[in-house]
Amino acid sequence: MDTFLRQSIEFLPILAQGLRLTVIVTIGSLALSTALGLVWALMRVSGNRWLAGFAKSVVNVIRGIPIIVQLFYIYFVLPDFGISLTALQAAIIGLGVAYSAYQSENFRAGIEAIDRGQLEAAQSIGMGWWLTMRRVILPQAFKIVLPPYGNIMIMMLKDSSQASTITVAELALQGKLIASSTFQNTTVFTLVAALYLCMSLPLIWIVGRLEQRFGRR
Amino acid sequence: MIELVDVHKRFGSLEVIKGISASVAAGEVVCIIGPSGSGKSTILRCINGLESYEAGTITVEGVKVDRDAPSITAVRTQVSMVFQRFNLFPHRTALENVVEGPIYVKREARDAAMEHGRQLLERVGLANKAGSYPHELSGGQQQRVAIARALAMRPKAILFDEPTSALDPELVGEVLAVMRLLAEDGMTMVVVTHEISFAREVADRVLFLDHGVIVEEGKAAEVLSAPKHARTQDFLRRVLRPI
Ligand SMILES: Nc1ncnc2c1ncn2[C@@H]1O[C@H](COP(=O)(O)OP(=O)(O)OP(=O)(O)O)[C@@H](O)[C@H]1O
Ligand SMILES: [Mg+2]
Repeated sequence: MDTFLRQSIEFLPILAQGLRLTVIVTIGSLALSTALGLVWALMRVSGNRWLAGFAKSVVNVIRGIPIIVQLFYIYFVLPDFGISLTALQAAIIGLGVAYSAYQSENFRAGIEAIDRGQLEAAQSIGMGWWLTMRRVILPQAFKIVLPPYGNIMIMMLKDSSQASTITVAELALQGKLIASSTFQNTTVFTLVAALYLCMSLPLIWIVGRLEQRFGRR
Repeated sequence: MIELVDVHKRFGSLEVIKGISASVAAGEVVCIIGPSGSGKSTILRCINGLESYEAGTITVEGVKVDRDAPSITAVRTQVSMVFQRFNLFPHRTALENVVEGPIYVKREARDAAMEHGRQLLERVGLANKAGSYPHELSGGQQQRVAIARALAMRPKAILFDEPTSALDPELVGEVLAVMRLLAEDGMTMVVVTHEISFAREVADRVLFLDHGVIVEEGKAAEVLSAPKHARTQDFLRRVLRPI
C-alpha cells in the first residue's frame, strides 16, 4: 500500500497530462457531434426528399464504419489529399463525425415524438418551418433528448481512448507508456481506471437524475 | 371573403372531397355539420393550407390558398384555426401562447403584444390565468386560451374544428359562450360542430356534408328544422335523438 501511494504520487502528474487531452478530445468531439447531429436530424425532418435522403445516407455510412477506421482515414489518408491535421485535430473531427450519427438518431427520435398537432398549431399562426422548429418543436424535444444525450456523453468519454490509436497521448495511452517503461502495470492501470471513473460516475449519476425527471410522462 | 370553387382532395386512392363549392361572406357564421369521415376537418384544413388539394381553387380575400407558395403565411395570419384538441404549446404559459404569433410571426412590439394578449385573455374570461401552463388548466380553459391565441393574430376569419368535442359536457357551455360573443362582435367564423342547438342559434348558414359533397345548405333554421334531403333528415334525427 505504501509503495502504491508513493508510485501514485510519482505517476499522477504524468497521467494528468493524458487526462487533459482526454477532456479536450471529449469536449471537442461532443460539441462537433452535437452540431453535426442536429444538422443531420433537421435535414431528416425537413420534408425535403433530397435533403432527407442525403442525411440518411451520410448517417448510414458513418454508422457502418468502425470509429477506429474513421480515425485512421482522417489522420492517415486525408494528408494524401493535401489535408494534414494534427493528431488531436484528427481525433476530435473523427470522433465528432462518428458520433454525429448517434446524436442525429437521438435528436430525430426526439423531434418525431412531438405531437403533430404542435406543428399544425404553429403553422396555423403563420410560423414557417424554421420558426416552428426553434420556438415550438426543439424546446419540447429537448427534454426527451436529454437523458440519451447524457448516455452518449459517457460513451464518448470512454471512446476518447480510441484517439490513442492515432498517437494522441490521452489518459489510456499515457498509462500504457508509463506501464511499459516502469513495469508497474497494477498501479498504473488502477490509477487510469480510477480516473475514468472519477469522470464517468458523476455523469452516470446526472443521467439517472435526468431520466427520473424527464424520462417518464 | 372565403371562396371555394369545385375543390377536390384525395388521400392516396381515397377521394375525400369531391367537388365542393361554397363561399363565406365577411361577418358570416357558417356551421358545417355531417357524419364522421364526411370530410369536414379536411375542408377546414384545406382553407388555411394545412392540407393541399388537387383540383379547384380556394381563395381568401382574393388570394389563392397554396400551401407551397410564400403567400400562405399571409393567408394563415388572416385565417386562424382552433383545433379539437386545443394544441396549445405546453412549454409556454397561457399569455405566452397568445402572444407567440404576434411577436414572432407578425413582429409586433413585445409590450403592445402583451397588452393585447392580456385583453384577449380577459375577453375569454381568463384574465387571472395568464401565467398558468396548459396542463394547469381545464379543457374548457385551454380551448378558450386557444381561441385567444387565434384572435391575437387579428384574423379576418376563424376556423373551428369541433372545438367542444374533446370537452367534458359541463365545460362545453363556457367555450360556446365565448364563440357566441365573437359571433355577436361580427367575426367571420366557419365552425365544424355537432352542437346542433349552437348552430341553430348562432349560425347564419349551415352546410350539411356527406361523403365529400355538400348535400344541403341554407339558412340555419331551414336546414336544421326543415331539412329537405333524406340524408340530412336522417343525420339530424340521429344527432338530436341519439341511440
Ligand atoms: N391524413 C390522412 N390520410 C389518409 N386519410 C385521411 C387523412 N385525414 C383524413 N383522412 C380520411 O379522410 C376522410 C375525411 O376525414 P375528415 O377528418 O375530414 O372527416 P370529418 O368529417 O372531420 O370526420 P370527424 O367527424 O370524425 O372528425 C376520412 O375517411 C378519413 O379517414
Ligand atoms: Mg374532423
